Formats: sequence, structure tokens, C-alpha cells
Amino acid sequence: MHHRTASQNSEKITYLFEEVNTALKTKFGADLLNAQIDYDFPVFEVSKSAVHDVLEFLKNDQAMVFSFLTTMCGSHFPEQGEREFMLMYQLHSLEKNQRIRIKTFMSIKDIEVPTATDLWKGANWMERETFDFYGFRFKGHPNLKRILNMDEMNYHPLRKQYPLEDGSRDDKADNYFGR
Amino acid sequence: MSNKVVIRPENKPEGYEGEGYMLTRLDKVVGLARANSLWPLPFATSCCGIEFMATMAANYDLARFGMERMSFSPRQADLLMVMGTISKKMGPILRQVYEQMAEPKWVLSMGACASSGGIFDTYSVLQGIDRIIPVDVYIPGCPPRPEQVLDGILKIQELAKNEGIGYRQSAEYKARLAQYGIE
Amino acid sequence: MSNQENKIGQAFSTEISEQKDYSILNLGPTHPATHGIFQNVLTMDGEIIVRAESTIGYIHRAFEKLAERRPYNQITPITDRLNYCSSPINNIGWHMTVEKLIGCEIPKRAQYMRVIIMELARIADHIVCDTVIAVDTGALTGFTYLFQWREKIYEIFEEICGARLTTNIGRIGGIERDFSPTAWSRLDSFLKEFPKGLSEFQSLVERNRIFMDRTVNCGPISAEMALQYSFTGPNLRAAGVDYDVRVMNPYSSYQDFEFNIPVGTSGDTYDRFMVRMAEMWESVKIINQAVKNMPDGSFHADVPEFYLPAKEDVYSKMEALIYHFKIVMGETDVPVGEVYHSVEGGNGELGYYLISDGGRNPYRLHMRRPCFIYYQAYTEMIKGSMLSDAILTMSSMNVIAGELDA
Repeated sequence: MHHRTASQNSEKITYLFEEVNTALKTKFGADLLNAQIDYDFPVFEVSKSAVHDVLEFLKNDQAMVFSFLTTMCGSHFPEQGEREFMLMYQLHSLEKNQRIRIKTFMSIKDIEVPTATDLWKGANWMERETFDFYGFRFKGHPNLKRILNMDEMNYHPLRKQYPLEDGSRDDKADNYFGR
Repeated sequence: MSNKVVIRPENKPEGYEGEGYMLTRLDKVVGLARANSLWPLPFATSCCGIEFMATMAANYDLARFGMERMSFSPRQADLLMVMGTISKKMGPILRQVYEQMAEPKWVLSMGACASSGGIFDTYSVLQGIDRIIPVDVYIPGCPPRPEQVLDGILKIQELAKNEGIGYRQSAEYKARLAQYGIE
Repeated sequence: MSNQENKIGQAFSTEISEQKDYSILNLGPTHPATHGIFQNVLTMDGEIIVRAESTIGYIHRAFEKLAERRPYNQITPITDRLNYCSSPINNIGWHMTVEKLIGCEIPKRAQYMRVIIMELARIADHIVCDTVIAVDTGALTGFTYLFQWREKIYEIFEEICGARLTTNIGRIGGIERDFSPTAWSRLDSFLKEFPKGLSEFQSLVERNRIFMDRTVNCGPISAEMALQYSFTGPNLRAAGVDYDVRVMNPYSSYQDFEFNIPVGTSGDTYDRFMVRMAEMWESVKIINQAVKNMPDGSFHADVPEFYLPAKEDVYSKMEALIYHFKIVMGETDVPVGEVYHSVEGGNGELGYYLISDGGRNPYRLHMRRPCFIYYQAYTEMIKGSMLSDAILTMSSMNVIAGELDA
């Protein structure tokens, strides 16, 4: 019923996927946990301990040159136990016009990740936002404190267990809003 | 041919007129002067601020209502126009700006977000500025059209015109402020 | 960075020394020149800024959490309020993300119509930014004259979708209705008259001695630093890197149009101003090409499970009513997957990263907001400049608070 359109550059993406997959497998071996193509992005899941080295390798590699950090964000999958928290980095090679996604999963017990600010200065606020929303601790970050929410907030609001609304408001009755 | 110029002012207060003088009540004259020379403080935070800029621009000119000069310093402003979403982080700042204004002062809440939180019923948005400061006129809309903004400003002008002189020292006004915890 | 020379040849140092007496200036959240609410606490040595600390989040409205609660069609009004000066681009970018997820091809006519709408929004955004840069240097005339053209653009948007500023334009699968004859005539008169108005403003400031003295060499940034900070959009192009999402990853038939990417050299305020000015001319060119080559066809794709049917049909035909009900109630099957799509917004690469779990609402929606990412560099860019240059740098970066905090 839903026909996925063949991406215009599907050969290019397959070629890129093979190139990066081979390079990562050679250099990092067992740390490369999963590799697939999602729509038009090669996605590589690496183990948390290797994520900083993988990013550094991809940034500095002379052939692939993924020197631009497009974005990074976190996500929360509460039912997944060991893989509860996900961190995603999207890299872009401006010279070769190629994009990939690097993902890593971790449990709530070891939610510490080395920072990417030594590779890209732009990761500074991206990591602060991810910390603010989910509570990831970025080791080595120059100024890891909340950026968008109030400093006094004592929980990480985008985790799935917290509600969207402010529980203490009294002028909007939840049953009128279908909640 | 006489050089007499006949001026027919609209909304002239009632009173006794003669050659070169007019006898009327002081509070009517003060009200007239206040209403037509309000200095607004555009507290523009988001999208409503852009519609306010469109209201200020040449098409829906705000200057014809006496608001030529925007005052960004609260000490010199009469009308606090809160335009846009106020988050809980911004609340204390809004309150401080309000307290820095000198009497008489009016507050206009423009847009759905300032009036009641708008579509952002979230943990970080203040659900209406009337939780922290007293508001005189609410303008609904997301964002309100410039015509609606002008309508709201005309209502403020009506309030200013009919307020009277002693209102700000009265017990009723002090009780209203006390509701918000403002001395 | 210790001893350097600033724009007027004064030596200054950006290291904090114990002997000097520094003053702290709070360029607070409410400030006429900040055009949005964000705070900078400046440590100043006289008039020179030695250090700056930024605080944002004063208009954090939790878009990403809000999006997890709303079905796909109801997220469009939220995306409006990201960069609200050019909201159609945000809307169409979101719709394209969902179309990528469901795998839907948009007919050529709808794509060309989307291009016209997006380029009009880009012109509107750049009008605001450029006139506000001029206002901050003291030249208010441009603002009062050029805003008239924004009103004309608003009239076109009103005819297409009913709203002026926060447009909520388009549908997943195309546009809600074809352009009416009024819309076409308004568009034609805009295209005929806007170039005159824009060249009036351009001639006023482009080679103006005072304007150039104020803006040249004001808040420069090198291309390497800009790429390190993940700059995109006019700010990056002013620094010399010709990265434009419309050309690198063309979407919505941008590859059919001929346009240039204006690029600056030094990344200072003058370059940012001129890049936006040139982009407005390019947008006019693109719209002219789109109007001339507008193909015939449908203005929406044939995806009845996602495209809200036309209201006349909903009120008169049974099928349309059923589909409308299914879409609004969330009875349609949404594919499971993760997708990222980016468009060239008014400020740069606006990206949507969507994780769908098959349910009515997204599981996770992350918005890559260009303002948030490039504003980080502001504290570095103003080190060593004077206060008035810091104000100009901020307004030339076109920081829109809605996109900064989301």
C-alpha cells in the first residue's frame, strides 16, 4: 500500500554504505554493532566506548572527510533495558556531499559519554541541550549545565515518564482536553 | 475675509466654552491627554512581535494613535504590551519590568500565548501573564491581525481616558495589586 | 587570544587581567536591539568587550516534547513557530519529512507551487533581517519602506492559506488548494513591483559610506571557524562556503531552477547583509522561473490516507468524510522508521529527524534548528569588539528567538 520511492541516488548511497562499513569494520571491529540503510542514510550503531573514536576517525579520514557535524540528539526507549538511551550524531561531508548517522545506545546506569566538543566546537550547545532533555553526562564538556530549561529544574523533561503539561496548573481541566 | 480657523475636535469633553477658554473637569482633560499620548513598551518575545512590527509599520500605522515613540525603558513607559509566549524562565523578568514602570500604567496582553499560554500547554510555559501581573486588555489571536491589535489599543485608550485622577491611589487599586503580591 | 587590534586600530587584550577594573554589562533578555529574548552578560574593559556569557531558553516552549503528543497534521502549527518570519518553509519542510517517511511522490505542479511559497517566505525573512540591520545602524527608512512588501507577501499568503504570519500552509502530500486567480494576480503584481522597491533600499545602503564604516569588519568569522561551529545558511555563505541545501540535496524540484548562490569573503556584518540582499534577488529569479514554467497537473499527491480531503468533498461525499475522520483520529497506518530531511530555511539548514513507531504521533521529533547552532559562536565573534558592533553582529546573524529555544 505504501510504495517507498526508490531514492534517486540509491546506488550512491549503497556505495557510501559499503565504503564506511568496510572502513569502520577494519578499524573498530567488534565495536561496530549494526549497520543498515534507513531511507537514504547509512546508519551505523557503535558501542558507547568507541563512539568518540569513531567520530574522530570519520572526521579526520582523508577519503571520507565527514568534517561537518549536522546535528546530534538523544532519545529514550524505556522498554529496552540496556538500550534505553540512544544518542545520535549526523555527519555530513561537504566535499563529497555525503551524509551518515552514527548511533549508540546505553542504559541508564552508565549514561556518560565522552564529549565531542574537542572535535567540533558546535557540539557544545548541542550536548548541553541533550543533557538538559535526557540527562546524558558528557565527560570533558567545558560547561555542562542546562541551556533551555530553568537551572532549578530537577528532572530531565523529555524522558518518557514525565508528562508534557505542568501538573500544578489549575485552570485547564484535563478531562476537557482528552487527557 | 476673516482669518478665523474653525476647529471641530471630536470627543471633546463636556464643559462650558467661551471665546478662548473652556471650563471642564480636570480628570477629563488629563484622561484625554493620557489616552492620546501613551508610550508603549513593546515586550515582544515571539511571533506576535512580528505582527506588532507590521502594526507599527506604514500600513496599519500605530503612530496615528499617539504611539510614535516606543519606549524600551520601563521607567519611561505607560503601556506594557506583552506580545508572545512568556515562559516560566521569563516570568520574573516580566514581573521586574512591570514593577519598574511608574504609575499610571496599563498592561496589554497580545496573543493567545500571553493571555493563557496559547497552544503551548507545556511544563515550561507560563499559562497566561495574568498569573504574575494584572492585565487590562487581552487580545486573542495567534497572532492577532493588526486590526485586532488596534482594537485592543483603542480599548486601552478608553480605559485611560475614563480612569480618573485618584484611581491609582485608591484602595480598590491597591487591593488589585495586592492580589498579585505587588506593593 | 591576547593582544590584538580591533576595527579601529586600538590594541586590546581579551585575557582577564587582575589589575584592570572591568565593568559588567547585562545585555538583558529585554532589550530593543536583541530582537528576541536572550541574554548576554558582557565583561567590558571600557568600551571593548572582553568576555561574554550567553543565556538562552527564555522562550523555551518544549516543541520536541509537544510533538510527541500531537498527530502529524497537528505538528505543522508548531513548526510555524520555529522561524516565524518564514514559517511556510518550516511547514513545507515538515511535510516533506513525513512524505519521505511514507514514501510519497509529489506531482510537479505541487512542487513548483511549494517553491514559489518557500521563496516568498525567504524574501520575507530577509526583508526583516536586512531592514533590522539598517535600523540598528540608525537607518530607519529602509524598515518603513520595505515592510510594505512584507504586507504584499502576507496578502499572497492570505489568499493561499488564510493566515498572514504563522501560515500552517500545505498538507502532507501537497498543497490544500490550487492558487486562485487572485493569488496569481497578487503574485504577478508583486513580482513586477518588488524589484523597484528592493533596488531603492539597496541603493540607499549598499555603497553608503556610513553604513559600510559601521558594518565592514564588524564581527567577522572565518570559514574554518564557521564550519567548526556548524554554521549554515547566509551566515556560512558570508564566510565564503557555498553550502546551500537547495543545491547540495535538492528537494521539491529545485534542480529545475537556475539560480546562483551568493557568497561573501570575510564573514563580517556587511557580507551577511549583502548575501541576504543578493539572495532576495535570486529568490525573485526563482519565482519568475517557477511562474513561467508552471506545469499542469494536480496540486496534491494521491495519498488519501494522509492527505486531508478538500472541505467541499468532506461535506458532500461519503468517502472523503471517512478518510477525513480516519486521518484526524489517527486510524491510518504510519510506517515505522527513522527519517531525516532538511530544507534551506531562512537561516540555514532546518532539519527534522523523525522516529516513527507506527503510532498516531511521532515517537521522537528532533528539529535541527540553525539559529541555535550558530548562535553559540556569538560570544567568540564579539570578543574584542565594541558594544555597538556587538549589537550589529547580533542583528546581522538573524537570531530568531523561536528557533533558538524551540
